[in-house]
Amino acid sequence: MTESTLDRREAMPKLFPEPEKFLMVAGLAGTARDTAAYTSEAHNLIALGGAMGAAVSMGLGAALSAPSEKVAVITGDGELLMNIGALVTVASMMPGNLSIVCIDNGCHGETGGQLGHTARRTNLALMAEGAGIPSIQTVSAPDQLEAAAQFLINAPAPRFLWVRVMQGPPADYKRNWDLAACRLRFRAAYLSRRKQSRGGQSAGVLAS
Amino acid sequence: MADMTREGWSRIIFDQLVDAGVTLFTYVPDFGNAAIINLADAHNQTQSVLLTSEEEGVAICAGADLVGERAVLCMQSSGVGNCPNFLSLVKGGRFPILMIVSMRGDYGEQNPWQYPMGQAVEPVLEAMGVLTIKVERGDELENAVSSALSAAFRAGQGVALILGQKFLGPKAF
Repeated sequence: MTESTLDRREAMPKLFPEPEKFLMVAGLAGTARDTAAYTSEAHNLIALGGAMGAAVSMGLGAALSAPSEKVAVITGDGELLMNIGALVTVASMMPGNLSIVCIDNGCHGETGGQLGHTARRTNLALMAEGAGIPSIQTVSAPDQLEAAAQFLINAPAPRFLWVRVMQGPPADYKRNWDLAACRLRFRAAYLSRRKQSRGGQSAGVLAS
Repeated sequence: MADMTREGWSRIIFDQLVDAGVTLFTYVPDFGNAAIINLADAHNQTQSVLLTSEEEGVAICAGADLVGERAVLCMQSSGVGNCPNFLSLVKGGRFPILMIVSMRGDYGEQNPWQYPMGQAVEPVLEAMGVLTIKVERGDELENAVSSALSAAFRAGQGVALILGQKFLGPKAF
């Protein structure tokens, strides 16, 4: 496989030029920091700090329960592999509003950079395809990000975007670690917006 | 006395859950939840979600809660052992998680493989801060279900409604 030339810190802004249009669930560690930094921990983001493996399933629960919203999960390779069966469940349910983005740095950055399975032989795009996800794209260079952003809007969902990045630090950001407070913030923002738009087809764009 | 065949008690549980606004029924298949899932598949307001591992269901329930909806997680007792780290969402995030656990390794069990996890169900759940409400007799069921619903969706707790083997009866196959 070709070496990645992509710095992970470039990925979020280019993949999600309008992050307020999604409900976002970020996995723990680097993806949480990249996402929290890019959105300044907007009210449409819930970022994990533990429960490793939960991000895809949490996004699926939100996607099935709010079918008129666009839901995006941003997870890492280690987190995804810890609960890889979730891709199978996503494929069985076929939510038409769910995108999964895996930021794959081939290592466990949070614990000292120990190499992971994707630095060896594992191909996450093939695993997603085998699970039955209908739309899959792989990027490993900066000039591919614009097309990937279109993929996240236009390809038939559920979608899986494999973002192979170089090893290197995530965005530098001090995030809120209080999950109970983050849950209440996310819910309150979402529910108040839904209430305001009652009668409309979608709750629309989240204010952050 | 209410109909306490499996179809009968499954209907009692399902109707109460639907009345409480539950729309997603996540599950790993088990004899003890098969009829509940059939009801969820047949109802036009509810959806079943087949899981590969029970821990997925914990996070799906949390995701539903984030957008103001209600989901439950149905499993055999052995599946409780697949859930603890994801149950961090209960203590750490105060997500309301309602589990329906059909027991093995309990009263009358003949398979020795079922005892270790079966007997660990309540200590494991307790360790993760999940309340347990166990049903041993048919006349306990209705109040147990409403208690579990109140604990989860009114009081914001993690709670497991545990259907004991004394209640379920001996395994039929």
